[in-house]
Amino acid sequence: MIAVARYLPLLAASLRRKRLRTFFTVASILVAFLLFGLAESMRFALQSGVEVAGADRLMTMHKVSFTQLLPASYESRIKAIDGVVAVTPQTWFGGWFQDERNQIPTFPSKPEAYLRIYPEIRLPEDQKQAWIADRTGILIGRSIADLFGWKVGDTVPLRSAIWPREDGSETWDVTVRAIFDLPNGGDTRQIVMHQDYFDEGKQYTKGLIGWYVIKVADVDRAQAIGRQIDAMFANSPAETKTSSERAMAQSFVNQIGNIGAILSAIVAAVFFTMLLVTANTMAQSVRERTNEIGVLKTLGFSNPGVLGMVLGESVLVTVIGGTVGMLLAVWIGVQFEPVLKQYLPGFRVPPSAFVEATLYMLALGVVAGAAPAWQAMRLRIVEALRRD
Amino acid sequence: MSAQPAPVDGRPAIVRIRDLVKDYRRGAEVVRVLDGLSLDIAQGDFVALMGPSGSGKSTLLNLIGGLDRPTSGSLEVEGLRIDQLTEGSLTRWRADHVGFIFQMYNLLPVLTAERNVELPLLLTNLGREQRQRRVDAALKLVGLEHRAKHRPRELSGGQEQRVGIARAIVTDPTLLLCDEPTGDLDRKSGDEVLTLLEALNDEYGKTIIMVTHDPHAAERAHRVIHLDKGLLSEDRR
Repeated sequence: MIAVARYLPLLAASLRRKRLRTFFTVASILVAFLLFGLAESMRFALQSGVEVAGADRLMTMHKVSFTQLLPASYESRIKAIDGVVAVTPQTWFGGWFQDERNQIPTFPSKPEAYLRIYPEIRLPEDQKQAWIADRTGILIGRSIADLFGWKVGDTVPLRSAIWPREDGSETWDVTVRAIFDLPNGGDTRQIVMHQDYFDEGKQYTKGLIGWYVIKVADVDRAQAIGRQIDAMFANSPAETKTSSERAMAQSFVNQIGNIGAILSAIVAAVFFTMLLVTANTMAQSVRERTNEIGVLKTLGFSNPGVLGMVLGESVLVTVIGGTVGMLLAVWIGVQFEPVLKQYLPGFRVPPSAFVEATLYMLALGVVAGAAPAWQAMRLRIVEALRRD
Repeated sequence: MSAQPAPVDGRPAIVRIRDLVKDYRRGAEVVRVLDGLSLDIAQGDFVALMGPSGSGKSTLLNLIGGLDRPTSGSLEVEGLRIDQLTEGSLTRWRADHVGFIFQMYNLLPVLTAERNVELPLLLTNLGREQRQRRVDAALKLVGLEHRAKHRPRELSGGQEQRVGIARAIVTDPTLLLCDEPTGDLDRKSGDEVLTLLEALNDEYGKTIIMVTHDPHAAERAHRVIHLDKGLLSEDRR
């Protein structure tokens, strides 16, 4: 390591030879790794929902589409199945506050069942009781409270473009009764309202719900219970499709995850272009220094030593560009967190991306520098000294 | 045409060359540059190699310095058959025993004078402070300690060549090989460089072999060897 360190000033000096060319090469690599960092952040944000999804939770929805509703009467039949611990109906409320762009994931649910199904939710006992007791009460996540400055006891006009009230208004007056947190900084961008209040107040489709969330006692039996539920409602007007919450979240991510795949393809293309750009820069740099390489060999630098120096120079370029690019991606994640957390909570460069990026930097540097380094190593001193 | 190897004045021979042949391939044609040359050079001598272009003097210098390999014959430096060394051993031997001084100085333009001088020391086990002490001493010896932080483009030709000399002697080699060291300098700077080489020979006992076209430069050497068509044509003191 010390031996390598003593050559660093020499490598750095080589990069200063054509400052503008080095700058543009480093900048290109920087952009490539910035893109990589952002793509990985997005993938992480999309995937984080899947990670927190419980394996012991099932979701039963209409077999045709989750936009089709199911009868509320299924609840008691599902609850009667052996191994089912709790069931709650849920519906996509499509809630927003003040501005339609302030979309908030809002789900009418049965409070007690909901809290049994999601035991990871952390909220004070008094708030929990207050929420269960108040039909117009809502449970909100910490990030919603922070975003809008809501406190326990505040009455807020929540609006829904999907579910008008019986009187035709879009506004649902609800009272914040409890604020929840999740361990490990999970996504708390959610509102849970009372199913009864929602069902009684909505203008149409009373007695119908969006889907059911079910908690099972034994994870190993989850699939069998899912099949049992679907079999129970087979050949009915509203057939069901049951899958684990994790599988459900994964399929949702897969649908929008194509964005991640597209981004990955772009990043791969950019990396390949960078490989060519860096290889070209290194080849040019070595060609211009043929005489100097001859001098170094004359002074006693060995062939493998010269090979290592050219490779080192190439790796130095990719490591500088790549590191700055990744740091920039982290900075962007932090700077835009207040804006992004509403749409993409958990948008940040995951630690695994740094490991991957480091490997890519090294690989890119070695591959790009391989041909010029080989050329420099094979250079005969007498021929090299003849060239200017 | 060929002269017998000159006596070495009772001093041990640092370079012993016997029947040295060097061929180059130019397309389909084989060109013989050295044609069975035999020569001894005494330790501590200052030798000028002269001759017309293509006479083989630079080729001989390259072979003595281990920059190239002979086609046949033997080449012994300090008792070591360098023509039989492997590539790696030859490289290490060169770093330890030979200092090179070039006509065009061949300094790295991106490095300061002191970092240029330090280059051969990077291959040694010396620590940073030890390297710096040696660099300072070498620059002082060539009278350029005040230009240590300057880059080559900020120096005159004579100063650049003196940095080149400092780089050549910083590892304290026994043999200094100079390829037209004054060829790119004006008379005054050239004289300064030659005076420095004389001092290195007289005061520090360095063996110097200098290729030159310039009779004025050759006069400063103790022995002048003329080559012609790859053979020794004249050898005088």
